[in-house]
Amino acid sequence: MANTPNTSASPPFWRDERVLKILAQIIFGAAVLIFGFVLFQNMVTGLRQQGTTLGLTFLQNTSGFDLAETLNEYSRSSTYWQAFLAGLYNTLLVSAVGIVLSTILGVILGVARLSSNVLVRGLATAYLELMRNLSLLVFLIFWYLGVFLKLPLVKDAVIWPGDIILTNRGIGIPWGLPTETWPTFKLFLIGGLVLAVVLTLLFRWQGKRTGKSPLALVWAPLAFLSVAAIGWFVVPAAPLSLDLPAVAGLNLKGGRIFTPEFMALVSGLVLYTAAFIGEVVRAGIQAVSKGQVEASRALGLSSFQSLRLVIFPQALQVIIPPLTSQYLNLTKNSSLAIAVGYPDLFYVSNTILNQSGRAVEMITLVMLTYLLFSLVTSVFMNWYNARVRLVER
Amino acid sequence: MTKKLFPVVGLLLAIAVVLTACGGGSTPATSEAAPAEQPTAAPAEVIFTTPSGYGVTLETVRARGTLICGVNSQVPGFGFVDADGNFSGVDVDYCRALAAAVFGDANAVEFRPVTAAERFTALQSGEIDVLSRNTTWSTLRDTELGGNFVHTTFYDGQGLMVREDSGITDIAGLEGGTICVQTGTTTELNLADVFAAEGVSYTPAVFEDADGTFAAYAEGRCDAVTTDKSGLVSRRTVLADPEAHVILDVTMSKEPLGPMVRHGDDQWFDIAQWTVFAMISAEEFGITSANVDSQSGSANPEVLRLLGLEGELGAALGLEANWAYNIISQVGNYEEVYNRSLGPDTPTYIPRGLNSLYTEGGLLYAPPFR
Amino acid sequence: MSATTLKPPSAERLTLLGWLRKNLFNSWGNAILTVVAGWLTYVTVRGLLLWVFTEADWEVVVTNLRLILLGQYPIAEVWRIWVSMALLAFLIGNSLSIWGKGKTSTRFTVLLMAVLVGLGFVVSGPSRLWLIGMAALVGAGWFLGRSAGKTMRNVVGIGWVVWPPIFILLLRGLTPAEGFLPQVGTNLWGGLMLTFMLTIVGIVFSFPIGVLLALGRQSNLPIVRWFCITFIEVVRGVPLITILFMAQLMLPLFLPAGLTIDRVLRAMVGITLFSAAYLAENVRGGLQAIPKGQYEAAYALGLNGALSMGLIILPQALRLIIPILVGQFIALFKDTALVAIVGLFDLVGIARTVLAQPAFLGTHREVYAFISLLYWVFSYAMSYVSIRLEDSLGVGKR
Repeated sequence: MANTPNTSASPPFWRDERVLKILAQIIFGAAVLIFGFVLFQNMVTGLRQQGTTLGLTFLQNTSGFDLAETLNEYSRSSTYWQAFLAGLYNTLLVSAVGIVLSTILGVILGVARLSSNVLVRGLATAYLELMRNLSLLVFLIFWYLGVFLKLPLVKDAVIWPGDIILTNRGIGIPWGLPTETWPTFKLFLIGGLVLAVVLTLLFRWQGKRTGKSPLALVWAPLAFLSVAAIGWFVVPAAPLSLDLPAVAGLNLKGGRIFTPEFMALVSGLVLYTAAFIGEVVRAGIQAVSKGQVEASRALGLSSFQSLRLVIFPQALQVIIPPLTSQYLNLTKNSSLAIAVGYPDLFYVSNTILNQSGRAVEMITLVMLTYLLFSLVTSVFMNWYNARVRLVER
Repeated sequence: MTKKLFPVVGLLLAIAVVLTACGGGSTPATSEAAPAEQPTAAPAEVIFTTPSGYGVTLETVRARGTLICGVNSQVPGFGFVDADGNFSGVDVDYCRALAAAVFGDANAVEFRPVTAAERFTALQSGEIDVLSRNTTWSTLRDTELGGNFVHTTFYDGQGLMVREDSGITDIAGLEGGTICVQTGTTTELNLADVFAAEGVSYTPAVFEDADGTFAAYAEGRCDAVTTDKSGLVSRRTVLADPEAHVILDVTMSKEPLGPMVRHGDDQWFDIAQWTVFAMISAEEFGITSANVDSQSGSANPEVLRLLGLEGELGAALGLEANWAYNIISQVGNYEEVYNRSLGPDTPTYIPRGLNSLYTEGGLLYAPPFR
Repeated sequence: MSATTLKPPSAERLTLLGWLRKNLFNSWGNAILTVVAGWLTYVTVRGLLLWVFTEADWEVVVTNLRLILLGQYPIAEVWRIWVSMALLAFLIGNSLSIWGKGKTSTRFTVLLMAVLVGLGFVVSGPSRLWLIGMAALVGAGWFLGRSAGKTMRNVVGIGWVVWPPIFILLLRGLTPAEGFLPQVGTNLWGGLMLTFMLTIVGIVFSFPIGVLLALGRQSNLPIVRWFCITFIEVVRGVPLITILFMAQLMLPLFLPAGLTIDRVLRAMVGITLFSAAYLAENVRGGLQAIPKGQYEAAYALGLNGALSMGLIILPQALRLIIPILVGQFIALFKDTALVAIVGLFDLVGIARTVLAQPAFLGTHREVYAFISLLYWVFSYAMSYVSIRLEDSLGVGKR
């Protein structure tokens, strides 16, 4: 006990919390890295024994299979990469359409859940309980096989007013076909769009300056439509000719035809997701306290004004984050297209995987793509959320 | 909030770099094949298997006590699950025959249903010992996918089935039509090839499993459905009104279907191969499960050799002398197996056609047992 | 819950007509809505009932009931499932009387017993005895909980903790081939049982992993934090099906030559990791909702980081998020359906094989309607129980 340790000195390094923390992290990091490396090494070794290496060059090979519906040019002699892109576009299409429709239906459901009408409220609640407790996969399969494939055969096609054709090969609706004056008309459309944007910005600026502004939400679309209408009459011939769907040969021709796979996937996703969005909307509206409504009415705002200026902005703040995750869920759930045979990103990649035997590359590629969707969405939503929040005070 | 995105972006980049770097293919081939590990006592969920090397598969299978066989569970007549929960079908019976050859017990087999997507990975990684899942023998599969096909057990060809009232009789009649097909198969590729060659435009409706494909066809989603003719025949018999559907007289491809084993173990390949030959030869010699016990007095020396009563063919394969006897007595000869699942008394009746013995105009021809 | 509830003054009490008027026809718009909604309800319900009772042919479900519920589990070993279910029945009955509230819990118990007995009359053979026995056990549990609520409270708590491992062990078996409880390979697991198994394993394992990930994300050790963030964000950013594909197709390649992992186990790993990432975010939400004062108070008491987290913060945070957790577990239960796409014989997978039987091709509506009903009943039961649980634990009423 000759030298009592100096109490003011720092403890030995093996008991120093900072050192320990760093050490623990290094060990943890090294363990993760080594584990990952061993796995990777195993894979490379295994693949080499089979005589293959990792790489993306196979994407340049000819795919050899056809796809049912694509947005880009695609045939059996296209490359795997083009097939992948076709799937990607289809996923984007389904997600975009699904998000728009499920938002509309979801808002209706959310409002219906708060309706004073008992029957409407009950129906909305029953729908919600039904959907929330179903497995989406089973629902999609049932929806496809049990509903869309049970539509009439082509030869017994049902024609609804407005030339909408219903068959189990697809649902055809009238669609515009561009004529030779279309390019000129397109200029008018672009002009109208520019005008609408300018008007919106102008009104907003004016609103900030004076506190009073015309409704951009009404005037901007009106401006766009009037420019488009002027354009329609100015050009010598109608820029679009009406193309009606009709039964021709074995299938439907003309108009715009939605395949049962697309319809089943989109409507299934929409019906399912809308139930969840309905709950989000209801919670958002209920989160705005009654006092806010009463206060806004006391200030002399009309009921529409109080909805637009007081309730909606506040409800939106509560709604946006969960709504974003519902949108992302819908996008990710669209990978269940494999169950109904719609060639989305995941399904096409699965086909490529099967035909080329490149499991590692394809699964990685698909995961990265979905990850990218999530990243882009969350960056955008964070930005939007921050913007909405600024309005708070 | 953006801060949390950094690691994710970093990971994205890292993976991208790795993938592209490996694409260069500059990695030197230095590693040796992993040393064969002895199967050890391990929980059933984690199984040590040995994917390659002469003789190790048999050793592993014997040590495990069961054969693991990758099968289909959705093709009537070839591999499906009946209401009692048992697997049955031609492909399934092959697994039983192989188990009988190895263990003398046709029930010492564990059926592992594998999807079209995972079947080759399952075989490569040693998860299954043999793949008997109506798989078409093709160049890439025989080489790059790391497998060896044994003798074909069922000669098939891709066909088209249409509704009779559609009046379609050939491929040209399908111009502008829709065709149901299953994904991830050679069928899908043949369809594209043949229609491109004939210059006929069509729309595919592609499904992930056989059931979905035929369900869609039955509902009138497609004008035609394409798969191996055997599949068409068996599926046709169980459609709501079989007479309303015809199989076109078009053969779009050759589809030799047979079991597949891993590269690198010739002994196991031989066993798998000669199991097929034993069943074919047994039919040729008229040996059935019913009369196999009375064959010991046979005048034909090849029958005696087949049944292990003469010579040492079993030992040459690394099996018991009575390996073929076990196959025939427990599972039956080729004809018995065929008739059990595809014969006239079954709902999935398919005429023998190419799958008759060579003596009857078919393609079944086994090398001599000598 | 007082026995006498105040009635409104008689003048305001509504007649049937008055009620209708007030709730359904108080304005033109509402009247139209009512008519439309009423018509919609009528058409849907009528169509559904007509189909269920006249058009549908339920033979396929009746014939394959065992396959749908138990998969290919050997008949000789089915008693193990019954024993686990009997234990579960007792636990449920007991819990209902301890945690349930008055009439609702009584009603629920009676309903459950009635359903079990009813099912018992539908099926035949030993299954009937088992089902009636289960009904009896529900009742026994209920009365035990009634009479000895205090002492049973701990017993039933422990029961819930030990039940999942017992269930798994019983089903899997102990000894390799013969002897006491021979092993039943996972290749024979299927149907509703496999769905349950995947759910239970997913819940049991994703919970601790999720909590650890959430804590790791809050950690002040940068490497650990970044690892957790990356893991959580990556897993949440991709669809479950890609993770299952990775587990089925890529994992075998990652393992050293000669080692394979059972495919059911691989699916379990995939589901667990997926669920853990979502759970981690929920737990983080709970942690953030705990007021700063609680952290400071714990610190002031002299507790170190781990102790204050484990004893003060985490219990409060978890209690706060019970409803969200249950929602997460229900989602997990429904998501297990995706394993069918990678070729497992869960409820959906077995439905697909049933549909491949020659005798029953084309009976999709019946089969999928039936398994939808199964999913619905169990999800609904889970969410119902969770609401009861929240009520009795006073979650959200602080």
